Amino acid sequence: MAYSDKVLDHYENPRNVGTLDKNDPNVGTGMVGAPACGDVMKLMIKVNDSGIIEDAKFKTYGCGSAIASSSLVTEWLKGRTIDEAYAIKNSEIAEELALPPVKIHCSVLAEDAIKAAVADIKAKQAAKETA
Amino acid sequence: MSASLEMPVSKHAEDSMHPIYLDYSATTPVDPRVAAKMIPYLTEDFGNPASRSHPYGWTAEKAVENAREEVAKLVGADPREIVWTSGATESNNLAIKGAANFYSGKGKHIITVATEHKAVIDPVRELERQGFEATFLEPEPNGLVDLEKFKAAIRPDTVLASVMLVNNEIGVIQDITAIGNICRENGVIFHVDAAQATGKVHIDLDKLPVDLMSFCAHKTYGPKGIGALYVRRKPRIRIEAQMHGGGHERGMRSGTLATHQIVGMGEAFRIAREEMDLENARIRRLSDKLLHGLETMEEVYVNGDLEHRVPHNLNISFNYVEGESLIMAVKGIAVSSGSACTSASLEPSYVLRALGRSDELAHSSIRFSIGRFTTEDDVDYTIELMKSKIDKLRELSPLWEMFKDGIDLSKVQWAAH
Repeated sequence: MAYSDKVLDHYENPRNVGTLDKNDPNVGTGMVGAPACGDVMKLMIKVNDSGIIEDAKFKTYGCGSAIASSSLVTEWLKGRTIDEAYAIKNSEIAEELALPPVKIHCSVLAEDAIKAAVADIKAKQAAKETA
Repeated sequence: MSASLEMPVSKHAEDSMHPIYLDYSATTPVDPRVAAKMIPYLTEDFGNPASRSHPYGWTAEKAVENAREEVAKLVGADPREIVWTSGATESNNLAIKGAANFYSGKGKHIITVATEHKAVIDPVRELERQGFEATFLEPEPNGLVDLEKFKAAIRPDTVLASVMLVNNEIGVIQDITAIGNICRENGVIFHVDAAQATGKVHIDLDKLPVDLMSFCAHKTYGPKGIGALYVRRKPRIRIEAQMHGGGHERGMRSGTLATHQIVGMGEAFRIAREEMDLENARIRRLSDKLLHGLETMEEVYVNGDLEHRVPHNLNISFNYVEGESLIMAVKGIAVSSGSACTSASLEPSYVLRALGRSDELAHSSIRFSIGRFTTEDDVDYTIELMKSKIDKLRELSPLWEMFKDGIDLSKVQWAAH
Protein backbone atom coordinates (compact mmCIF):
# COMPACT_ATOMS: atom_id res chain seq x y z
CA MET A 1 0.00 0.00 0.00
CA ALA A 2 1.23 3.45 -0.82
CA TYR A 3 1.52 5.86 2.05
CA SER A 4 1.72 9.62 1.60
CA ASP A 5 5.05 11.31 2.25
CA LYS A 6 3.62 12.97 5.35
CA VAL A 7 2.49 9.64 6.82
CA LEU A 8 5.90 8.17 6.09
CA ASP A 9 7.65 11.18 7.66
CA HIS A 10 5.64 10.93 10.89
CA TYR A 11 6.00 7.17 10.94
CA GLU A 12 9.78 7.27 10.43
CA ASN A 13 10.30 10.24 12.74
CA PRO A 14 7.41 10.30 15.18
CA ARG A 15 7.16 13.56 17.14
CA ASN A 16 6.59 13.73 20.88
CA VAL A 17 6.68 10.04 21.72
CA GLY A 18 6.45 9.45 25.42
CA THR A 19 4.52 9.70 28.60
CA LEU A 20 3.72 12.51 31.04
CA ASP A 21 3.04 12.02 34.74
CA LYS A 22 -0.56 10.87 34.78
CA ASN A 23 -0.91 11.84 38.44
CA ASP A 24 0.00 15.46 37.71
CA PRO A 25 -3.23 17.47 38.17
CA ASN A 26 -2.33 19.44 35.02
CA VAL A 27 -2.02 16.34 32.84
CA GLY A 28 -4.97 14.86 30.96
CA THR A 29 -4.84 11.37 29.49
CA GLY A 30 -6.94 9.94 26.68
CA MET A 31 -6.66 6.30 25.71
CA VAL A 32 -8.87 5.06 22.90
CA GLY A 33 -9.16 2.01 20.68
CA ALA A 34 -8.74 -1.65 21.49
CA PRO A 35 -6.00 -4.21 20.82
CA ALA A 36 -8.60 -6.46 19.20
CA CYS A 37 -9.26 -3.80 16.58
CA GLY A 38 -5.56 -3.40 15.86
CA ASP A 39 -5.11 0.09 17.25
CA VAL A 40 -4.78 1.76 20.63
CA MET A 41 -3.80 5.42 21.07
CA LYS A 42 -2.70 7.06 24.29
CA LEU A 43 -2.49 10.82 24.23
CA MET A 44 -1.34 12.93 27.19
CA ILE A 45 -1.56 16.72 27.39
CA LYS A 46 -0.14 19.09 29.98
CA VAL A 47 -2.19 22.23 30.43
CA ASN A 48 -0.98 25.41 32.17
CA ASP A 49 -3.11 27.61 34.42
CA SER A 50 -4.28 29.72 31.45
CA GLY A 51 -5.77 26.61 29.83
CA ILE A 52 -3.09 26.40 27.16
CA ILE A 53 -1.56 23.06 26.22
CA GLU A 54 2.16 23.27 27.00
CA ASP A 55 3.15 19.74 26.16
CA ALA A 56 1.68 16.73 24.42
CA LYS A 57 2.97 13.15 24.23
CA PHE A 58 1.64 10.03 22.60
CA LYS A 59 2.10 6.32 22.30
CA THR A 60 0.26 4.34 19.63
CA TYR A 61 -0.18 0.67 18.86
CA GLY A 62 -1.45 0.54 15.32
CA CYS A 63 -0.68 0.90 11.65
CA GLY A 64 1.50 3.61 10.12
CA SER A 65 -1.48 5.90 9.57
CA ALA A 66 -2.55 5.57 13.21
CA ILE A 67 0.99 6.41 14.37
CA ALA A 68 1.16 9.36 11.97
CA SER A 69 -2.28 10.68 13.01
CA SER A 70 -1.34 10.71 16.68
CA SER A 71 2.12 12.14 16.03
CA LEU A 72 0.58 14.95 13.98
CA VAL A 73 -1.97 15.92 16.63
CA THR A 74 0.72 16.21 19.31
CA GLU A 75 2.33 18.88 17.10
CA TRP A 76 -0.98 20.65 16.58
CA LEU A 77 -1.97 20.59 20.23
CA LYS A 78 1.01 22.44 21.65
CA GLY A 79 0.13 26.11 22.18
CA ARG A 80 -3.59 25.64 21.69
CA THR A 81 -6.24 26.10 24.37
CA ILE A 82 -8.12 23.00 25.43
CA ASP A 83 -11.24 24.37 23.73
CA GLU A 84 -9.33 24.83 20.48
CA ALA A 85 -7.98 21.31 20.88
CA TYR A 86 -11.48 19.97 21.41
CA ALA A 87 -12.55 21.56 18.13
CA ILE A 88 -9.99 19.64 16.00
CA LYS A 89 -11.84 17.44 13.53
CA ASN A 90 -10.75 14.13 12.09
CA SER A 91 -11.25 15.48 8.57
CA GLU A 92 -8.46 18.01 9.14
CA ILE A 93 -6.12 15.23 10.21
CA ALA A 94 -7.11 13.01 7.30
CA GLU A 95 -6.64 15.88 4.86
CA GLU A 96 -3.24 16.90 6.23
CA LEU A 97 -1.94 13.32 5.99
CA ALA A 98 -3.78 12.49 2.74
CA LEU A 99 -5.22 9.34 4.32
CA PRO A 100 -6.95 6.91 1.94
CA PRO A 101 -10.57 5.95 2.74
CA VAL A 102 -9.62 2.70 4.49
CA LYS A 103 -7.46 4.70 6.92
CA ILE A 104 -9.98 7.39 7.86
CA HIS A 105 -10.70 5.50 11.09
CA CYS A 106 -7.14 6.35 12.21
CA SER A 107 -7.96 10.05 12.10
CA VAL A 108 -11.25 9.40 13.91
CA LEU A 109 -9.30 7.64 16.62
CA ALA A 110 -6.91 10.59 16.94
CA GLU A 111 -9.85 13.00 17.31
CA ASP A 112 -11.36 10.68 19.93
CA ALA A 113 -8.03 10.62 21.78
CA ILE A 114 -7.95 14.44 21.94
CA LYS A 115 -11.53 14.58 23.19
CA ALA A 116 -10.79 11.93 25.82
CA ALA A 117 -7.67 13.77 27.02
CA VAL A 118 -9.54 17.08 27.21
CA ALA A 119 -12.42 15.42 29.08
CA ASP A 120 -9.90 13.98 31.55
CA ILE A 121 -8.24 17.33 32.25
CA LYS A 122 -11.64 18.99 32.64
CA ALA A 123 -12.70 16.31 35.10
CA LYS A 124 -9.47 16.83 37.04
CA GLN A 125 -10.02 20.60 37.10
CA ALA A 126 -13.62 20.18 38.25
CA ALA A 127 -12.48 17.85 41.02
CA LYS A 128 -9.86 20.41 42.06
CA GLU A 129 -12.47 23.20 42.26
CA THR A 130 -14.90 21.17 44.34
CA ALA A 131 -12.11 19.98 46.62
CA MET B 1 12.33 5.83 -7.24
CA SER B 2 15.59 7.70 -7.11
CA ALA B 3 17.12 4.96 -4.96
CA SER B 4 16.87 2.43 -7.75
CA LEU B 5 18.97 4.63 -10.03
CA GLU B 6 21.97 4.40 -7.74
CA MET B 7 24.25 1.40 -7.73
CA PRO B 8 23.29 -0.65 -4.71
CA VAL B 9 26.16 -0.75 -2.24
CA SER B 10 25.13 -4.23 -1.24
CA LYS B 11 22.13 -6.49 -1.51
CA HIS B 12 21.22 -5.30 1.96
CA ALA B 13 21.17 -1.63 1.16
CA GLU B 14 17.81 -0.05 1.93
CA ASP B 15 16.57 -0.75 -1.57
CA SER B 16 12.84 -0.80 -1.11
CA MET B 17 12.27 -2.24 -4.58
CA HIS B 18 14.42 -5.31 -3.91
CA PRO B 19 14.05 -6.35 -0.31
CA ILE B 20 15.40 -9.71 0.80
CA TYR B 21 12.85 -12.32 -0.21
CA LEU B 22 11.56 -14.29 2.77
CA ASP B 23 8.14 -15.13 1.40
CA TYR B 24 8.83 -18.52 -0.20
CA SER B 25 5.51 -19.84 1.11
CA ALA B 26 3.73 -17.33 -1.11
CA THR B 27 5.68 -18.36 -4.17
CA THR B 28 9.23 -19.25 -5.16
CA PRO B 29 11.36 -17.95 -7.99
CA VAL B 30 11.63 -20.39 -10.89
CA ASP B 31 14.95 -22.18 -10.58
CA PRO B 32 17.15 -21.07 -13.52
CA ARG B 33 17.64 -24.75 -14.45
CA VAL B 34 13.86 -25.06 -14.71
CA ALA B 35 13.47 -21.93 -16.80
CA ALA B 36 16.19 -23.11 -19.19
CA LYS B 37 14.41 -26.41 -19.72
CA MET B 38 11.06 -24.71 -20.38
CA ILE B 39 12.11 -22.22 -23.03
CA PRO B 40 12.54 -24.58 -26.04
CA TYR B 41 8.96 -25.75 -25.56
CA LEU B 42 7.71 -22.22 -26.19
CA THR B 43 9.60 -21.69 -29.43
CA GLU B 44 10.99 -24.76 -31.22
CA ASP B 45 9.11 -27.65 -29.65
CA PHE B 46 5.79 -25.86 -29.52
CA GLY B 47 3.59 -28.72 -30.70
CA ASN B 48 0.30 -29.72 -29.16
CA PRO B 49 0.86 -32.91 -27.16
CA ALA B 50 -2.53 -34.11 -28.39
CA SER B 51 -1.42 -33.95 -32.05
CA ARG B 52 -0.81 -37.55 -33.06
CA SER B 53 -0.09 -36.99 -36.73
CA HIS B 54 3.36 -35.30 -36.76
CA PRO B 55 6.65 -35.02 -34.86
CA TYR B 56 5.73 -31.67 -33.32
CA GLY B 57 3.00 -33.36 -31.38
CA TRP B 58 5.10 -36.44 -30.59
CA THR B 59 7.93 -34.35 -29.16
CA ALA B 60 5.56 -32.39 -26.97
CA GLU B 61 3.79 -35.54 -25.82
CA LYS B 62 7.12 -37.14 -24.88
CA ALA B 63 8.08 -34.08 -22.84
CA VAL B 64 4.73 -34.12 -21.05
CA GLU B 65 5.05 -37.81 -20.21
CA ASN B 66 8.62 -37.38 -18.97
CA ALA B 67 7.42 -34.61 -16.68
CA ARG B 68 4.53 -36.77 -15.49
CA GLU B 69 7.07 -39.41 -14.51
CA GLU B 70 9.15 -36.89 -12.60
CA VAL B 71 6.15 -35.62 -10.68
CA ALA B 72 5.06 -39.19 -9.92
CA LYS B 73 8.57 -40.13 -8.76
CA LEU B 74 8.80 -37.32 -6.23
CA VAL B 75 5.61 -38.47 -4.52
CA GLY B 76 5.84 -42.25 -4.96
CA ALA B 77 2.97 -42.49 -7.42
CA ASP B 78 2.35 -44.19 -10.75
CA PRO B 79 2.54 -41.66 -13.64
CA ARG B 80 -0.95 -42.76 -14.67
CA GLU B 81 -2.21 -41.40 -11.36
CA ILE B 82 -1.12 -37.84 -12.19
CA VAL B 83 -3.61 -35.43 -13.81
CA TRP B 84 -2.35 -32.02 -14.94
CA THR B 85 -4.25 -28.96 -13.75
CA SER B 86 -3.62 -25.22 -13.66
CA GLY B 87 -2.46 -25.28 -10.03
CA ALA B 88 -3.33 -26.37 -6.53
CA THR B 89 -6.56 -24.36 -6.43
CA GLU B 90 -7.86 -26.23 -9.46
CA SER B 91 -6.58 -29.53 -8.09
CA ASN B 92 -8.40 -28.94 -4.81
CA ASN B 93 -11.61 -27.99 -6.62
CA LEU B 94 -11.38 -31.00 -8.91
CA ALA B 95 -10.68 -33.39 -6.04
CA ILE B 96 -13.26 -32.07 -3.59
CA LYS B 97 -16.14 -31.27 -5.92
CA GLY B 98 -15.26 -34.14 -8.26
CA ALA B 99 -15.19 -36.83 -5.56
CA ALA B 100 -18.06 -35.43 -3.49
CA ASN B 101 -20.31 -35.29 -6.52
CA PHE B 102 -19.28 -38.69 -7.89
CA TYR B 103 -19.87 -40.44 -4.57
CA SER B 104 -22.79 -38.31 -3.33
CA GLY B 105 -24.99 -41.41 -3.47
CA LYS B 106 -22.98 -42.72 -0.50
CA GLY B 107 -23.55 -39.66 1.63
CA LYS B 108 -23.34 -35.92 1.69
CA HIS B 109 -21.12 -35.09 4.64
CA ILE B 110 -17.58 -33.70 4.33
CA ILE B 111 -14.93 -33.17 7.00
CA THR B 112 -12.18 -30.60 6.73
CA VAL B 113 -10.19 -28.35 9.06
CA ALA B 114 -10.72 -24.68 9.90
CA THR B 115 -7.07 -23.92 9.08
CA GLU B 116 -7.14 -25.27 5.53
CA HIS B 117 -6.27 -23.00 2.63
CA LYS B 118 -9.18 -21.05 1.11
CA ALA B 119 -8.82 -23.24 -1.98
CA VAL B 120 -10.18 -26.09 0.17
CA ILE B 121 -12.52 -24.12 2.43
CA ASP B 122 -14.31 -22.39 -0.45
CA PRO B 123 -15.06 -25.49 -2.58
CA VAL B 124 -16.44 -27.15 0.57
CA ARG B 125 -18.58 -24.06 1.21
CA GLU B 126 -19.78 -24.28 -2.38
CA LEU B 127 -20.78 -27.92 -1.85
CA GLU B 128 -22.69 -26.83 1.25
CA ARG B 129 -24.69 -24.50 -0.96
CA GLN B 130 -25.41 -27.50 -3.20
CA GLY B 131 -26.84 -29.50 -0.31
CA PHE B 132 -23.81 -31.14 1.31
CA GLU B 133 -23.08 -30.76 5.03
CA ALA B 134 -19.60 -29.94 6.26
CA THR B 135 -17.68 -30.12 9.53
CA PHE B 136 -14.81 -27.64 9.89
CA LEU B 137 -12.71 -29.16 12.65
CA GLU B 138 -10.92 -26.76 15.00
CA PRO B 139 -7.26 -27.74 15.36
CA GLU B 140 -5.44 -27.90 18.68
CA PRO B 141 -3.61 -24.72 19.80
CA ASN B 142 -0.44 -26.12 18.15
CA GLY B 143 -2.25 -26.26 14.79
CA LEU B 144 -2.49 -30.06 14.63
CA VAL B 145 -5.68 -32.08 14.22
CA ASP B 146 -6.60 -34.20 17.23
CA LEU B 147 -7.15 -37.74 15.93
CA GLU B 148 -9.89 -38.53 18.43
CA LYS B 149 -11.79 -35.40 17.44
CA PHE B 150 -11.35 -36.32 13.80
CA LYS B 151 -12.70 -39.82 14.49
CA ALA B 152 -15.63 -38.38 16.40
CA ALA B 153 -16.53 -36.12 13.47
CA ILE B 154 -17.06 -39.09 11.12
CA ARG B 155 -20.72 -39.89 10.49
CA PRO B 156 -22.33 -42.77 8.58
CA ASP B 157 -22.91 -40.37 5.69
CA THR B 158 -19.36 -38.95 5.62
CA VAL B 159 -18.12 -39.30 2.07
CA LEU B 160 -14.96 -37.19 1.93
CA ALA B 161 -12.32 -35.69 4.21
CA SER B 162 -9.75 -33.09 3.20
CA VAL B 163 -6.73 -32.27 5.38
CA MET B 164 -3.62 -30.44 4.20
CA LEU B 165 -0.15 -31.90 4.64
CA VAL B 166 1.82 -28.69 5.36
CA ASN B 167 -0.01 -25.57 6.42
CA ASN B 168 0.73 -22.52 4.32
CA GLU B 169 0.60 -20.00 7.15
CA ILE B 170 2.14 -21.81 10.10
CA GLY B 171 4.04 -24.65 8.43
CA VAL B 172 2.74 -27.45 10.66
CA ILE B 173 2.74 -31.00 9.28
CA GLN B 174 -0.45 -32.97 9.86
CA ASP B 175 -0.28 -36.70 10.55
CA ILE B 176 -1.92 -37.71 7.29
CA THR B 177 -0.95 -41.36 7.75
CA ALA B 178 -3.02 -41.62 10.92
CA ILE B 179 -5.87 -39.51 9.52
CA GLY B 180 -5.85 -41.54 6.30
CA ASN B 181 -6.01 -44.81 8.23
CA ILE B 182 -9.07 -43.55 10.09
CA CYS B 183 -10.63 -42.65 6.75
CA ARG B 184 -9.85 -46.10 5.33
CA GLU B 185 -11.43 -47.81 8.34
CA ASN B 186 -14.58 -45.79 7.80
CA GLY B 187 -14.80 -45.88 4.02
CA VAL B 188 -14.18 -42.16 3.69
CA ILE B 189 -12.33 -40.82 0.65
CA PHE B 190 -9.28 -38.85 1.77
CA HIS B 191 -7.95 -35.79 -0.06
CA VAL B 192 -4.72 -34.04 0.93
CA ASP B 193 -3.65 -30.57 -0.21
CA ALA B 194 0.13 -30.94 -0.54
CA ALA B 195 0.81 -27.62 -2.29
CA GLN B 196 3.22 -26.51 0.44
CA ALA B 197 4.77 -29.93 1.01
CA THR B 198 6.63 -30.99 -2.14
CA GLY B 199 10.39 -30.77 -1.75
CA LYS B 200 9.94 -30.14 1.97
CA VAL B 201 8.68 -33.47 3.30
CA HIS B 202 8.99 -36.95 1.85
CA ILE B 203 5.76 -38.18 0.29
CA ASP B 204 5.27 -41.82 -0.64
CA LEU B 205 1.81 -42.32 -2.03
CA ASP B 206 2.58 -45.98 -2.60
CA LYS B 207 2.32 -46.38 1.18
CA LEU B 208 0.21 -43.43 2.29
CA PRO B 209 -3.52 -44.05 2.83
CA VAL B 210 -4.41 -41.10 0.62
CA ASP B 211 -6.83 -41.16 -2.32
CA LEU B 212 -6.39 -37.71 -3.83
CA MET B 213 -3.51 -35.26 -3.45
CA SER B 214 -3.07 -31.75 -4.83
CA PHE B 215 0.23 -30.30 -6.03
CA CYS B 216 1.48 -27.15 -7.65
CA ALA B 217 4.77 -26.18 -9.22
CA HIS B 218 5.29 -22.61 -8.06
CA LYS B 219 5.96 -23.38 -4.39
CA THR B 220 8.74 -25.74 -5.44
CA TYR B 221 10.76 -23.51 -7.82
CA GLY B 222 8.59 -24.26 -10.84
CA PRO B 223 6.37 -21.87 -12.80
CA LYS B 224 2.99 -20.53 -11.73
CA GLY B 225 -0.09 -21.75 -13.57
CA ILE B 226 0.62 -25.47 -13.45
CA GLY B 227 -0.32 -28.12 -10.94
CA ALA B 228 -1.37 -31.72 -10.70
CA LEU B 229 -3.87 -33.92 -8.96
CA TYR B 230 -2.98 -37.42 -7.85
CA VAL B 231 -5.93 -39.77 -8.33
CA ARG B 232 -5.39 -43.23 -6.85
CA ARG B 233 -5.77 -46.21 -9.20
CA LYS B 234 -5.69 -49.05 -6.63
CA PRO B 235 -8.30 -48.97 -5.23
CA ARG B 236 -9.57 -46.81 -8.02
CA ILE B 237 -10.96 -43.43 -7.07
CA ARG B 238 -13.41 -41.77 -9.45
CA ILE B 239 -14.04 -38.07 -9.80
CA GLU B 240 -16.45 -36.03 -11.86
CA ALA B 241 -14.66 -33.73 -14.30
CA GLN B 242 -15.11 -30.04 -13.62
CA MET B 243 -13.77 -28.95 -17.01
CA HIS B 244 -15.24 -30.46 -20.16
CA GLY B 245 -14.08 -30.27 -23.76
CA GLY B 246 -11.85 -32.75 -25.51
CA GLY B 247 -11.44 -35.44 -22.90
CA HIS B 248 -7.78 -34.77 -22.13
CA GLU B 249 -6.23 -36.38 -19.06
CA ARG B 250 -8.44 -39.46 -19.38
CA GLY B 251 -11.52 -37.29 -19.26
CA MET B 252 -10.76 -35.87 -15.83
CA ARG B 253 -9.49 -32.49 -17.03
CA SER B 254 -10.00 -31.25 -20.56
CA GLY B 255 -7.93 -28.52 -22.13
CA THR B 256 -4.78 -28.39 -24.25
CA LEU B 257 -1.81 -29.24 -22.08
CA ALA B 258 0.59 -26.36 -21.36
CA THR B 259 3.71 -28.23 -22.45
CA HIS B 260 6.28 -25.64 -21.30
CA GLN B 261 4.62 -25.31 -17.87
CA ILE B 262 4.42 -29.06 -17.48
CA VAL B 263 8.08 -29.44 -18.46
CA GLY B 264 8.88 -26.81 -15.82
CA MET B 265 6.96 -28.64 -13.13
CA GLY B 266 8.64 -31.93 -14.04
CA GLU B 267 12.12 -30.39 -13.88
CA ALA B 268 11.31 -28.57 -10.63
CA PHE B 269 10.11 -31.81 -9.04
CA ARG B 270 13.15 -33.71 -10.34
CA ILE B 271 15.45 -31.18 -8.70
CA ALA B 272 13.38 -31.35 -5.51
CA ARG B 273 13.70 -35.13 -5.41
CA GLU B 274 17.45 -35.05 -5.91
CA GLU B 275 18.29 -32.12 -3.67
CA MET B 276 15.67 -31.96 -0.94
CA ASP B 277 17.62 -33.72 1.79
CA LEU B 278 20.65 -31.48 1.41
CA GLU B 279 18.50 -28.41 0.95
CA ASN B 280 16.33 -29.11 3.96
CA ALA B 281 19.36 -29.57 6.19
CA ARG B 282 20.64 -26.18 5.08
CA ILE B 283 17.24 -24.54 5.53
CA ARG B 284 16.88 -26.02 8.99
CA ARG B 285 20.19 -24.44 10.01
CA LEU B 286 19.06 -21.06 8.71
CA SER B 287 15.67 -21.42 10.33
CA ASP B 288 17.17 -22.35 13.71
CA LYS B 289 19.51 -19.40 13.47
CA LEU B 290 16.67 -17.02 12.68
CA LEU B 291 14.52 -18.34 15.50
CA HIS B 292 17.32 -18.17 18.06
CA GLY B 293 18.17 -14.66 16.96
CA LEU B 294 14.58 -13.46 17.26
CA GLU B 295 13.98 -15.27 20.54
CA THR B 296 16.54 -13.07 22.28
CA MET B 297 13.70 -10.53 22.38
CA GLU B 298 10.94 -10.68 24.98
CA GLU B 299 7.36 -11.65 24.21
CA VAL B 300 8.07 -13.48 20.98
CA TYR B 301 5.82 -16.46 20.21
CA VAL B 302 6.08 -19.08 17.49
CA ASN B 303 2.70 -19.93 15.99
CA GLY B 304 2.18 -23.61 15.33
CA ASP B 305 3.86 -26.71 16.68
CA LEU B 306 7.66 -26.44 16.84
CA GLU B 307 8.36 -30.11 16.28
CA HIS B 308 5.80 -31.07 13.63
CA ARG B 309 6.62 -28.29 11.20
CA VAL B 310 8.73 -27.66 8.14
CA PRO B 311 11.81 -25.56 8.88
CA HIS B 312 10.99 -23.41 5.86
CA ASN B 313 8.27 -21.62 7.80
CA LEU B 314 8.57 -19.50 10.93
CA ASN B 315 5.37 -17.74 11.86
CA ILE B 316 6.08 -15.48 14.79
CA SER B 317 4.03 -13.07 16.83
CA PHE B 318 5.78 -10.05 18.30
CA ASN B 319 3.50 -9.14 21.14
CA TYR B 320 2.42 -5.49 21.59
CA VAL B 321 3.49 -4.52 18.09
CA GLU B 322 0.87 -4.11 15.38
CA GLY B 323 1.38 -6.15 12.22
CA GLU B 324 0.94 -3.54 9.52
CA SER B 325 3.27 -1.04 11.18
CA LEU B 326 5.73 -3.89 11.56
CA ILE B 327 5.53 -4.72 7.85
CA MET B 328 6.10 -1.03 7.13
CA ALA B 329 9.11 -1.03 9.44
CA VAL B 330 10.78 -3.99 7.81
CA LYS B 331 10.88 -2.78 4.24
CA GLY B 332 14.28 -4.41 3.84
CA ILE B 333 12.68 -7.86 3.86
CA ALA B 334 9.71 -9.23 1.91
CA VAL B 335 7.52 -11.15 4.37
CA SER B 336 3.80 -11.50 4.95
CA SER B 337 1.69 -10.57 7.94
CA GLY B 338 -1.13 -12.44 9.58
CA SER B 339 -2.96 -9.18 9.85
CA ALA B 340 -5.04 -8.18 6.86
CA CYS B 341 -5.22 -4.57 7.92
CA THR B 342 -5.51 -3.11 4.47
CA SER B 343 -9.21 -3.82 4.62
CA ALA B 344 -11.41 -1.65 6.79
CA SER B 345 -12.52 -4.68 8.74
CA LEU B 346 -9.09 -5.25 10.33
CA GLU B 347 -9.60 -8.99 10.34
CA PRO B 348 -6.69 -10.93 11.77
CA SER B 349 -5.66 -14.22 10.16
CA TYR B 350 -8.39 -16.88 10.39
CA VAL B 351 -5.70 -19.51 10.76
CA LEU B 352 -4.14 -17.88 13.83
CA ARG B 353 -7.60 -17.26 15.29
CA ALA B 354 -8.44 -20.94 14.83
CA LEU B 355 -5.39 -21.75 17.00
CA GLY B 356 -6.98 -19.67 19.72
CA ARG B 357 -4.41 -16.87 19.44
CA SER B 358 -5.61 -13.57 20.88
CA ASP B 359 -6.41 -10.80 18.44
CA GLU B 360 -3.29 -8.92 19.52
CA LEU B 361 -1.01 -11.87 18.86
CA ALA B 362 -2.75 -12.61 15.58
CA HIS B 363 -2.34 -8.99 14.51
CA SER B 364 1.34 -8.98 15.51
CA SER B 365 2.40 -11.96 13.45
CA ILE B 366 4.93 -12.20 10.66
CA ARG B 367 5.44 -15.22 8.45
CA PHE B 368 9.10 -15.68 7.53
CA SER B 369 9.51 -18.35 4.87
CA ILE B 370 12.98 -19.46 3.90
CA GLY B 371 13.97 -21.11 0.66
CA ARG B 372 16.58 -22.26 -1.80
CA PHE B 373 18.18 -18.87 -2.35
CA THR B 374 18.18 -17.62 1.25
CA THR B 375 21.69 -17.00 2.60
CA GLU B 376 23.16 -16.77 6.06
CA ASP B 377 23.74 -13.05 5.46
CA ASP B 378 20.03 -12.66 4.75
CA VAL B 379 19.22 -14.25 8.10
CA ASP B 380 21.78 -12.12 9.98
CA TYR B 381 20.40 -8.98 8.40
CA THR B 382 16.82 -10.01 9.22
CA ILE B 383 17.60 -10.63 12.88
CA GLU B 384 19.26 -7.23 13.30
CA LEU B 385 16.51 -5.46 11.38
CA MET B 386 13.75 -7.10 13.42
CA LYS B 387 15.46 -6.32 16.70
CA SER B 388 15.92 -2.65 15.96
CA LYS B 389 12.42 -2.15 14.54
CA ILE B 390 10.64 -4.12 17.26
CA ASP B 391 12.47 -2.02 19.86
CA LYS B 392 11.40 1.15 18.12
CA LEU B 393 7.75 0.12 17.72
CA ARG B 394 7.55 -1.12 21.31
CA GLU B 395 8.91 2.25 22.44
CA LEU B 396 5.87 3.66 20.63
CA SER B 397 3.40 1.11 21.96
CA PRO B 398 1.11 1.96 24.88
CA LEU B 399 0.43 -1.78 25.24
CA TRP B 400 4.12 -2.52 25.74
CA GLU B 401 4.30 0.23 28.37
CA MET B 402 1.31 -1.25 30.19
CA PHE B 403 2.82 -4.73 29.99
CA LYS B 404 6.08 -3.38 31.46
CA ASP B 405 4.06 -1.71 34.24
CA GLY B 406 2.59 -5.11 35.07
CA ILE B 407 -0.93 -4.34 33.85
CA ASP B 408 -2.96 -7.36 32.70
CA LEU B 409 -4.22 -6.23 29.29
CA SER B 410 -6.96 -8.85 29.22
CA LYS B 411 -8.57 -7.12 32.22
CA VAL B 412 -8.61 -3.64 30.69
CA GLN B 413 -11.97 -2.31 29.53
CA TRP B 414 -11.26 -1.31 25.93
CA ALA B 415 -13.47 1.04 24.00
CA ALA B 416 -13.96 -1.15 20.92
CA HIS B 417 -14.64 0.82 17.78
